Amino acid sequence: MSHKRTPRTTPRLDTVYDATGHDEAPRPLVADDDRQATVGLDIMTREELDSFGRELDELRLRTLASLGQADANYIRRVIRVQQWCEILGRIGIFTPFFWPTFVAGILLLGLAKILENMEIGHNVMHGQYDWMNDPLIDGKRYDWDNVAPAQDWKHGHNYLHHTYTNIHGMDKDIGYGLLRIDEAQPWYPSHRANLPAAFLLMLFFEWGVMYHGLELGDYLKGDMSKEEFQNRKKRAMAKTRRQVFKDYVVFPVLAIALVPFVGWWAPLAVLGATFAANIVRNVWTFLIIFCGHFPAEVQSFDEEEVKNESRGQWYLRQLLGSANISGSRPFHVLSGNLSHQIEHHLFPDIPARRYPELSREIRSICERHGLQYNTGRMSKQLLSVGRQLVAYGRKPSDPYLIGNSPESKALRRAKREAARAASSVEAARAAGESAEHLPA
Amino acid sequence: MGVVRTALASRAVGSVTSPHHVDHYLEKLHPLWTAEAVRAKVVRIERETDNATTVTLRPNGAWKGFTPGQHVEFGVEVDGVRKVRVFSVSSSAAAKGRNFSVSVKAHPDGFVSRFLNSRLADGELVYLSQAQGEFVLPTVMPENLLLLSGGSGITPVMSMLRTMLGSTTPRPQRVTFLHYARSRDDEMFTEQLDAWTELADVEVVRVYTREPEDGASLAGRFTVDHLADLGIDPATTLTYVCGPAGLIGTVRETFEAHGAADQLRLEYFKVPTIDPALLAEAAAKATGTLAFDRSGTEAANSGSTILEQAEAAGLTPEYGCRMGVCNTCAIKKLHGAVRHVISGEINANTDETIKPCVHVPVGDVTVAL
Repeated sequence: MSHKRTPRTTPRLDTVYDATGHDEAPRPLVADDDRQATVGLDIMTREELDSFGRELDELRLRTLASLGQADANYIRRVIRVQQWCEILGRIGIFTPFFWPTFVAGILLLGLAKILENMEIGHNVMHGQYDWMNDPLIDGKRYDWDNVAPAQDWKHGHNYLHHTYTNIHGMDKDIGYGLLRIDEAQPWYPSHRANLPAAFLLMLFFEWGVMYHGLELGDYLKGDMSKEEFQNRKKRAMAKTRRQVFKDYVVFPVLAIALVPFVGWWAPLAVLGATFAANIVRNVWTFLIIFCGHFPAEVQSFDEEEVKNESRGQWYLRQLLGSANISGSRPFHVLSGNLSHQIEHHLFPDIPARRYPELSREIRSICERHGLQYNTGRMSKQLLSVGRQLVAYGRKPSDPYLIGNSPESKALRRAKREAARAASSVEAARAAGESAEHLPA
Repeated sequence: MGVVRTALASRAVGSVTSPHHVDHYLEKLHPLWTAEAVRAKVVRIERETDNATTVTLRPNGAWKGFTPGQHVEFGVEVDGVRKVRVFSVSSSAAAKGRNFSVSVKAHPDGFVSRFLNSRLADGELVYLSQAQGEFVLPTVMPENLLLLSGGSGITPVMSMLRTMLGSTTPRPQRVTFLHYARSRDDEMFTEQLDAWTELADVEVVRVYTREPEDGASLAGRFTVDHLADLGIDPATTLTYVCGPAGLIGTVRETFEAHGAADQLRLEYFKVPTIDPALLAEAAAKATGTLAFDRSGTEAANSGSTILEQAEAAGLTPEYGCRMGVCNTCAIKKLHGAVRHVISGEINANTDETIKPCVHVPVGDVTVAL
């Protein structure tokens, strides 16, 4: 019998509304006026931008329509491989008396964490496999093997980073509030340490992601309520506790059983091996992500130029704001197919295994429109990122690029005053209007 | 649940598999070895009528059993997608062993019911929920009991009667089993119902509305006269009704007219429409009601996106980009069809994840908000 849910009390089938005019997606950044965004107008006409958007929309629909058993089998196979890597890795690090299996254990555990965080966790949490309707592979319910709690990561990543990609002041992933990686970011003396800071971030990347998800900056600026911040802290603490307990308490304690055979240091060896595996994962994910967003040719945008952007402009911003890394098939899988960062940013909710085939069509679309398609070997992209970090770490000669120069301060003060004046004019006008409505 | 499953589902094991549930690992070893997720294997498929089938399932140890009258979520994976429908259990709870069955009539628009009737095979894996629902017999039996059903609504009351007849606990003094089917060919469980006509304390009455039998005591659709003919007083008879909305509506009016609404227990069932022509027609204008299951409110479909309609109804659902990118707003659509505002694609499955910021309702829709 097919069936039920709570019976309706008052079915109202008589009201008929018009449903036309709802075939357009709402825009992410809406201006007060009806101006049109200027993104891409220097390289394409509006008509070209629209047809570019339509072509990508069509490609997207065609791909979504073709999702099926092969994609379901693929993600399950990856999960199975990942789980075996994890189990064998955990067994391997319990053999500190035989270094080849011990080292293999560290690498397997690191590999398991890489697969889990990238090809599985990141992609599943984007909702790429929601169409399967499998509760274990569901974007809303999945949490990853990482100290960053899923909910806050999804807010910062899926929403802020993927919607407002590379817009200054909105995409907080530009330099993560730590590094200066773009000329439009104001320079502060701390950026002299750009390179060593990036190196440390690489080693402890998962902790960086967790800290980034707290959005402390927003809280300090007053953009986030104290309650919301406390909740974020609580979630981060709870997740950290569970992760640390599993990796650094449960398994080392189990290794006490090895002490009679190996020596007093067996639990420490297991703890150290897990730590090393976490570092392996941190370094790898850092490299993939930095090569995907921070090479020199990647472009960033200002809030003013993207307000009221069209679909074509949104796609263009994603294309110009990302960079691909070329490589072999296993390399792509290990990167969670984020080596196809461009395809991922154009279609964040399409299963990542489709990105390689999509990239062929996207490249040809880009060629047709004469657009940049940034790709290169990892060494090339990494070198570019390193150069950027060094270059933008130096004190700029233009005082307006220096955050705490007298010129920048004066500029900010002028802006604040202008805003205050505008709002008081607004308030006065509102007061005036309401006064008019008062009975005489 | 057995000792092993209880241990596997414990917090101690959970802290090792964290952040994943242990089932995440167990199902990769064997799909039936899950500790908490209820799964079953199809052990027998029997044809009840030309278009109705009884599927007997052997659930894994995670199954906690059912009370007659309850239903279960029944999921099958087709082309990588888990399609879920809710079916009532039709077998006796007094039977030995864990096996149970659901009986399903193929509805031309119901994907899963058609699948069950044509493509489901022995040994196939079925994703279940625990049995759920309040449409169950009371612990203390009343003196008079009426089990009233129409069409495939017979399944939950069939389970109730089978259980009563199969167990030794005292039965009500008088049990009436009144069932409406279009014709004898269209009736499910005909053989068993025939056999029960011999019983002394259970009166089994069937009414064939389209092809009435010669000498039948009752004819046509349910009316208050049918109860009078059977000598049933609504005010003193606990009554369970399951069937199409039309039958339930008439029965409810009858009981309300007799001031006996408190004697009535109802179970609706509804089949989703996936007929493309009907959906295309419905999508052209905004009709129907958008129901928010968790908050218990509903509103007439205004034609705007589900997110906007939820906000207009005073709810505060989570959202992010509002353009279908970030998945922050993703929710379960429990029932009904929705259209994607960009692609125009219509999704009509039960229990599927949608993005309310880019989906508009097509006809009646229920979402988990």
